[in-house]
Amino acid sequence: MSQAAATAAASNQMRSRVGKARLSEGKRAERRLAWMLCAPAVIVLAAVAAYPMIYAIWLSLQRSDLKFPQDQKFIGLANYVTVLTNQYWWSAFGVTVLITVISVAIEMVLGMGLALVMHYTIVARGTVRTAALIPYGIVTVVAAFSWKYAWTPGGGYLAELTGGAPLTERPSAIAIIILAEVWKTTPFTALLLLSGLALVPDDLLKAASMDGATRWQKFVKVMLPVMKPAILVALLFRTLDGFRIFDNIFVLTGGANNTSSVSMIAYNNLIKGLNLGIGSTMSVLIFLTIAIIAFVFVKLFGTAAPGSDTGRR
Amino acid sequence: MATTLTLLAPLAACGSGGDGIPTINVYYAPEQNFQQVVDQCAGQAQGRYQIAYRILPRGADDQRVQMVRRLAAGDTGMDVLGLDVTWTPEFASAEWILEWTGDRRTEVETGTLAGPLESARYQGKLYAAPKNTNTQLLWYRSDIVSEPPKTWDEMIKAAEALKAQGKTYQVITMGAQYEGLVVLYNTLVASAGGMIINEAGTEAVMDAGAVQALALLQRFASAGITNPSFTNTQEDDARLQFQSGQGAFQLNYPFVYAAMAEAAPDLLKNVKWARYPAVDPNVPSKVTIGGYNMAVSRYSPHPELAFEVAACLRNAEHQLFSAVHDGVPPTIERVYDDPQMDEAYPMKNEILEELRDPAVRPRTPAYQNVSTVLSAGLSPPQDIEPEKTANKLRREIQDALESKGVLP
Repeated sequence: MSQAAATAAASNQMRSRVGKARLSEGKRAERRLAWMLCAPAVIVLAAVAAYPMIYAIWLSLQRSDLKFPQDQKFIGLANYVTVLTNQYWWSAFGVTVLITVISVAIEMVLGMGLALVMHYTIVARGTVRTAALIPYGIVTVVAAFSWKYAWTPGGGYLAELTGGAPLTERPSAIAIIILAEVWKTTPFTALLLLSGLALVPDDLLKAASMDGATRWQKFVKVMLPVMKPAILVALLFRTLDGFRIFDNIFVLTGGANNTSSVSMIAYNNLIKGLNLGIGSTMSVLIFLTIAIIAFVFVKLFGTAAPGSDTGRR
Repeated sequence: MATTLTLLAPLAACGSGGDGIPTINVYYAPEQNFQQVVDQCAGQAQGRYQIAYRILPRGADDQRVQMVRRLAAGDTGMDVLGLDVTWTPEFASAEWILEWTGDRRTEVETGTLAGPLESARYQGKLYAAPKNTNTQLLWYRSDIVSEPPKTWDEMIKAAEALKAQGKTYQVITMGAQYEGLVVLYNTLVASAGGMIINEAGTEAVMDAGAVQALALLQRFASAGITNPSFTNTQEDDARLQFQSGQGAFQLNYPFVYAAMAEAAPDLLKNVKWARYPAVDPNVPSKVTIGGYNMAVSRYSPHPELAFEVAACLRNAEHQLFSAVHDGVPPTIERVYDDPQMDEAYPMKNEILEELRDPAVRPRTPAYQNVSTVLSAGLSPPQDIEPEKTANKLRREIQDALESKGVLP
């Protein structure tokens, strides 16, 4: 201990005395140390994220089917051709995009409303915020089961109200999936937007009032532009999340009547069908789609950064 | 390495009881009185092992997914597996279940009906012991219909005539997009002398008989004689429709008899049964069989004991018990001769007649995928265009057999 302290003190002395050349050597040592400190995290990440990803890509290039263990062989991109020319895949893709776009749009609007309520509540602020977050705190599968029972004829209170069995028909089933998704994640969107609202300086709003701006004008011309980064983050998070939708569909319809999402269909082929090749191909395609969404959003981010905004205003 | 072993040791011990007596884990579908069968077999073990009945989920898909997932991971906690008759090739091909050989094989093969036994074989080897089977009968209202129709053609015409007279006319059976529709179609194909997939299970055939069956199914569905919710009907829906007096005919499993005895005894007085209608007037119908087979997991730490347990659970005595108490038809022929069967199964002669000359569903490891393709392609039945549908199905089934199929 004391020896280490002594060496450290000595090296400090040396550094201050000898100047720049030695300093960069010290920096190099620091960098080495930084790498070594990072190494455990990098190794763990490589093991839990990179390896499965590479393995999935490798599997997607093979005929790999647990039902036919003897017939495993490398088949190049044939699985991709199979999946990309398959109507079930595109049907699931369409359903996923539809659910994502509609639910994210509704969530953004409702989330903004909820954020404003949470931001401007004067009485019982803590209670209001907590109450608003309850749906997000409930496990998705549990919430999905409640929705399912509510919409099941013969006992379900919502099914009694509307009549019929809405979960057995495609349009109404998709609508219910969107409803469950919106109910569940609007609070999360609201939370992200609330952090953006906090960024809006009071002075700016006061100045706008002085200029005679109405409430709506203040919202559209002042608040929204300042909140743009937060809105984009919320949008990105929710789009990525929405695209991977699985649990709500799994519980509510199980994918019946063409309500499968891409994650559902990947699960069906991997776990139910035991077809590792086709299933992995789907996983890789989902990964690519998500990467593209993220890329587009981040690019969008770059152009809409707060700095460039100021110029426009 | 040493640490790994010490860590694993307690896990390995979990397979057996604390006192060193191994526990054989039986994974089987929910069956109300099966625990009693398990207890009897455990009693016969005289303390050499214990048996635990691990109840699988009710849905066939959920049962399969649980077993498949655990077997793919080499789970040693499963010894005896209850498999739906259509799963044997898949589990055997994936090398998850052990072959029955020697005396054990002889014991299973002796006296077991040919149809169920066929469903337990894969590539000429026996991989499971048939526990119970099932087959559909024609149920009809004797107060409306005097003579049961022998063929589909007769049945459709009889229903049309009844409809014209303003009487109860519906022909009720399962037409929803699920396994039940595949069973109906498979029965029609086999009865027409056709084939969906070749014997070896390697090639999609869809021959003339298969096309004829498509045409018949289309004609039946669009003749205006089915229940309005035919395309959304599963076994229990069909039972309810018939039980509430909507139908003159019903094609369904024998469980409807016990259900009617309980819920609609007045109706039951006028309900009679006959062999399932044929397609060709000169050839008796061949009806698709269902049921469960017992297999032994390759990862079982006690395969010898597991075989013993599996054999016990499906022996003649226990098949009789299950038939009488749980309504599952036996696979051992002589069980039908027992007097106890007369009361529980007044229709046992018709059942036995069908079981001696049955239709088995295509035997391929890819059956799950083939079935999905079929039920999607056949639904809704009134939209079938025989030649066109046959070509499409042939292509899609072939893809499924080559692991190129995509499950919806």
